[in-house]
Amino acid sequence: MFPSRFRYEAPHSLDEAISMLHDGGDYVKVLAGGQSLVPMMKLRFASPEMLVDINNIPGLAYHRADPDGSLHIGALCRHADLEHSDLLKETQPTMAAAAPLIADPLVRNRGTLVGSVCHADPQGDWASVMMALGASVVAQGPRGRRAIPIAGFVTGPFENVLEPDEIAVEAVVPPAKGARSGGYLKLERRVGDFATVGVAVAVETSGGTVVRAGIALTGVGGSTIGATEAAAALTGKPLTPESIAAAAELAAGAAQPKTDHRGSAEYKRHMVSVFVRRILGATAPGATERAA
Amino acid sequence: MTTQALDEIKIGGLGASRKRVEDDRFIRGKGNYTDDVVLPGMLHMEILRSPLPHARIKSIDASKAWEIPGVHLVLTGEMMATRNLAWMPTLSYDTQAVLATDKVRFQGQEVACVIADDPYIAKDACEAIEVDYEPLPPIVNPWQALASDAPVIRDDKVSQADNVVYNWEVGDKAGTDRAFAQADVISKLELHYPRSHPSPIECCGSVADFNRATSKLTVYMTTQAPHIIRAAVAMVAELPEQMIRIISPDIGGGFGNKVPIYPGYVCSILASILLERPVKWIEDKTGNLISTGFARDIYLKGEMALRRDGKILGVRMHTDADHGAFFSDAQPSKFKIGLMHSAFAAYDVPVAHLTARGLYTNKAPGGVAYRCSFRVTEAMFFQERMVQAAADDLGMDQAEFRRMNFVKDDDFPHRTPFGFLTDSGQYAKCLDVGLAAIGYENFRKEQAEARERGRLLGLGISTMTEPLGAGNSREYDILGIKMFDSADLKVHMTGKAILRTGARGQGQGHETTWAQIVAHELGIPADDVTVEEGDTDTAPFGMGTYASRSTPVAGAAVAMVSRKIRAKARKLAAHLLEVSEEDIEWELGRFYVRSSPGRGVTIQECAMAAYSNMPDGMEPGLENTAYYDPPNLTWPFAVYIVTVEVDPETGVWDVLRMVAVDDCGVRINPMIVEGQIMGGLTEAYAMSSMQFITFDADGNCVGSNYMDYLLPSAWETPGYELHSEVVTPCPHHPIGAKGIGECAAVGGPAAFVNAVIDALTGTGVRNIDMPVLPDRVWEAITYRRDVSGAPPVRQD
Amino acid sequence: MTIVYDDLGDEAASEVPVRKIRFTINGQKKVAEVEPRLLLADLIRRGIGLTGTHRGCDTTNCGACTVLVDGKAIKSCTMLAVQVDGREVTTVEGLASASELHPIQEGFKQEHGLQCGFCTPGMMMAAKALLDHNPDPTEEDVRWALSGNLCRCTGYQNIVKSVLWAAEKLRAEA
Repeated sequence: MFPSRFRYEAPHSLDEAISMLHDGGDYVKVLAGGQSLVPMMKLRFASPEMLVDINNIPGLAYHRADPDGSLHIGALCRHADLEHSDLLKETQPTMAAAAPLIADPLVRNRGTLVGSVCHADPQGDWASVMMALGASVVAQGPRGRRAIPIAGFVTGPFENVLEPDEIAVEAVVPPAKGARSGGYLKLERRVGDFATVGVAVAVETSGGTVVRAGIALTGVGGSTIGATEAAAALTGKPLTPESIAAAAELAAGAAQPKTDHRGSAEYKRHMVSVFVRRILGATAPGATERAA
Repeated sequence: MTTQALDEIKIGGLGASRKRVEDDRFIRGKGNYTDDVVLPGMLHMEILRSPLPHARIKSIDASKAWEIPGVHLVLTGEMMATRNLAWMPTLSYDTQAVLATDKVRFQGQEVACVIADDPYIAKDACEAIEVDYEPLPPIVNPWQALASDAPVIRDDKVSQADNVVYNWEVGDKAGTDRAFAQADVISKLELHYPRSHPSPIECCGSVADFNRATSKLTVYMTTQAPHIIRAAVAMVAELPEQMIRIISPDIGGGFGNKVPIYPGYVCSILASILLERPVKWIEDKTGNLISTGFARDIYLKGEMALRRDGKILGVRMHTDADHGAFFSDAQPSKFKIGLMHSAFAAYDVPVAHLTARGLYTNKAPGGVAYRCSFRVTEAMFFQERMVQAAADDLGMDQAEFRRMNFVKDDDFPHRTPFGFLTDSGQYAKCLDVGLAAIGYENFRKEQAEARERGRLLGLGISTMTEPLGAGNSREYDILGIKMFDSADLKVHMTGKAILRTGARGQGQGHETTWAQIVAHELGIPADDVTVEEGDTDTAPFGMGTYASRSTPVAGAAVAMVSRKIRAKARKLAAHLLEVSEEDIEWELGRFYVRSSPGRGVTIQECAMAAYSNMPDGMEPGLENTAYYDPPNLTWPFAVYIVTVEVDPETGVWDVLRMVAVDDCGVRINPMIVEGQIMGGLTEAYAMSSMQFITFDADGNCVGSNYMDYLLPSAWETPGYELHSEVVTPCPHHPIGAKGIGECAAVGGPAAFVNAVIDALTGTGVRNIDMPVLPDRVWEAITYRRDVSGAPPVRQD
Repeated sequence: MTIVYDDLGDEAASEVPVRKIRFTINGQKKVAEVEPRLLLADLIRRGIGLTGTHRGCDTTNCGACTVLVDGKAIKSCTMLAVQVDGREVTTVEGLASASELHPIQEGFKQEHGLQCGFCTPGMMMAAKALLDHNPDPTEEDVRWALSGNLCRCTGYQNIVKSVLWAAEKLRAEA
């Protein structure tokens, strides 16, 4: 219920933050929203020696579309900013569907998308959304800036490829090649519950053909699962009941769920397939659904 | 004849939806909960808990903990044992470990505690304690407990050779066997009522303050029964009872979780005595969920003997209760399985037989808790699930099957098959109101049409009556102490009053409603009556608030003490009006001369006279106390009807409507009664849809924090339609009230479950254990089979 | 004012790093020296002595600890005290003026929105954040906004009514 002792710094610039990470010791964590890190520290599942709090660094709270159509989400952009974003509602159906489903309204006031992706919880919703969109994470460190595609960003539960002295400064969703549609469906028994199953689908169509598709799964494996074969089954052709059914089955096959108190592996696989079909079969882009 | 009687509603008497007195401090954030208590020199205590469900303790090394700056004391079982405090008696004639000595017997059991300057330091020190465990095989359900090679969990008890706590039975076996022999149809049902937990938002805690200079021990404590605690502390700690003061300040919800005596309380008291400083212990939510009084976790095997036309001829029930590692239920001592035998009290069942068995397992101790009225939640759930199955087996309409078997209005007093005496009710009328409200005929049509289109709608009915207000001294006691309650009323010379009772509310609004009873009896405006509860130094002895017993028992005592006061006031009035008592009449707030009604005195004038103008020979003052031994239990009744839609593809179900018809007799404060009903319905919804504690095969507790133990939020919780048309006053209660606190939690769950089962008509599914989770519904529909939820939880 | 601590020796003193923070709470400016690991809820309850904000759980679920930081409703058990340096905190004690209750407080009393009162401060602060940015919410809006605050007593129906009562009063006063 109370964290172990740690040292704390609150820099006012990225460069300051990076050098603190560099010099801080063996186990230094970045504190942004803290809505995943602080609870872990309170239960003493994580006991970093030092926290570098980036909340006082200006210019990180944005989310904006660049002229080329890419979407940039800054490290301090809160879930609530995304939930209430007209930009997202108009241009990013998958993200707009997921934003209201993250945790609860109070947690959404503090938690950040970038922080959530870095935290790499297998039951994190944003990671699936980013994976379905083919996004990347931009890291900044003493050696400069680099963009890391999301597919290779997470290496295991709560592990990512960032160097100890790198900070993720933004997430970038590439420009669309066609008209965006899709959504995010999450089976949760109540607000704030972890996903029993979550499915992110992002589709871009041009001239009646799907030119890009991404499907990613939450909560049905050791980490976020990119259902690449399922997405491929949609690409290069129109969206039809047949292609949707094929994608749904492939997505279910890509899932690696475990039977536990949230349900049998069989049920979770089945729900993956149901969610893929429902997202793609919905006439309104970005339909949301929650359990119970 | 003119009347100068006061308007009862205006003065806040019976039936007034008086706004709550308690609210004024809570809405300002000025409540005084146990964790708000700060005493000079106060230290903080944290508990180290066992990570293993069953293990021998080979050694405990606390040396590193002692070295941490700010640590004042580390207590272990060994140290407690030297003071004869490693074990304590429970409220069910068993013993419970305070701090483990030989073994740990459930995951989360208290092993040691640290007292330090600051709770953060105390937690650091707990982490520094090294315990060497030798794991033993864990037992997570009664069947494992009964296995021939099962380890004996309670090997601390000399006479315990197995894991059976008790065997108990009630009813008429021979008569029931005969009834079954004559049955046209026998309907059977087996199910598990899962482990749940009352989980009020506020956890348990205490601030123990032993003053060496005065030898007085004061303990602020989250307790629903401060006087029971005082007696227990006196006997266990061997301190003089009059030197113990238990103060139950504001409590953030009880629901039965705050009745038992927990090791944390005992340790904080001992620590305060040893350190001669106040010691505060506030547990965290994990501690609360994993170790304190859980609820339910009981298995039913039920059978109903039926005549072809639908008449119930007899009922057999067998229950196996999982009690955890210690038998610590707070319940009337004579009844091992609480008031389980209140089942079928509202139905005209001629004969029945119940056998009950209790088992030890490697889990937290408990079973009786959570708005259960001593297991009446289980009794009524089993009853309504069996009734549902029986109607289905007979091919009868659910409502008509219940109606034809109800006890009829003119059949009271009615002896139930298990020996209770019910005295009043209008069961059929409640059913009528409920069916009309839900639009029963229409719904069945809609349901049939929807089914053709592949949509699954369902309707569930549940009824309940419950034995509230335990209880009469002939039959009811806890550890031998009779279950009466009390009220002490002091009317001051200016006509204002202060009332104290032996109850202890935790949100039920006693400060508001008891004053309404005084207003009703004496005509003193409720705003002029201050109500206090919870301090054993000032409150008259009572057995506390749980099992919905306060309105029936303490409320009755409030009425009776008010009548004692009124009787004395009558004499004062006669004296003031210079007539004899026989010539005096009473109307609300005033005594007057029968032959000359314009001549009268107010109750306030009588109060002044009690201090300044007494008749010869009368003791001055206008104060009195009443202790009330209830002649019988009260029997509120309710019908709950729920409609749902089930999504066959996902198993997710949504509540369409929820109708509640509650007949709880006279309602003191309708607003508060409705609040109690809605709270109970929400707990019913929670239990039926998402909320449970289970265990995996290794004995790990699943559901020991709010990430796994799910409580519905405002978003999931349905809206409720409440009906109050049916009022059958209690014939023996001084104001005709029956009590309401738990009714909806008792009767609600079956309504939700029955609705989902009804939606699955045609699949052959007769049971899905609660919580009726989407994956269970999907499994039932897909494989057309019943789904159990009993531990151990299935895991890859 | 003088504060006296137990003397734990020089070694011990150097082990506990504290940080000085300046913040405003309910309109009052404060300075504090706190350990980085001190949770905001504990700064409020034990450091300042405002016990209206409650601790209910240990996994950031129940919302009994909800306060406003720079006008946003957040769970104070999941924020470090050091993080309010330079910020404004509002707790339940800051809702009413000296003599008058806030309409939200009135609403909870009028519509029986509380029973044991433990979740109530958190509920009211979350409600305040809602009404500050949406003065005319629907029932659905209210339930959604409060979905991070758990209550065991009321069943929420009267809480929703309380917030809608307050919304109406605030609109009338505006």
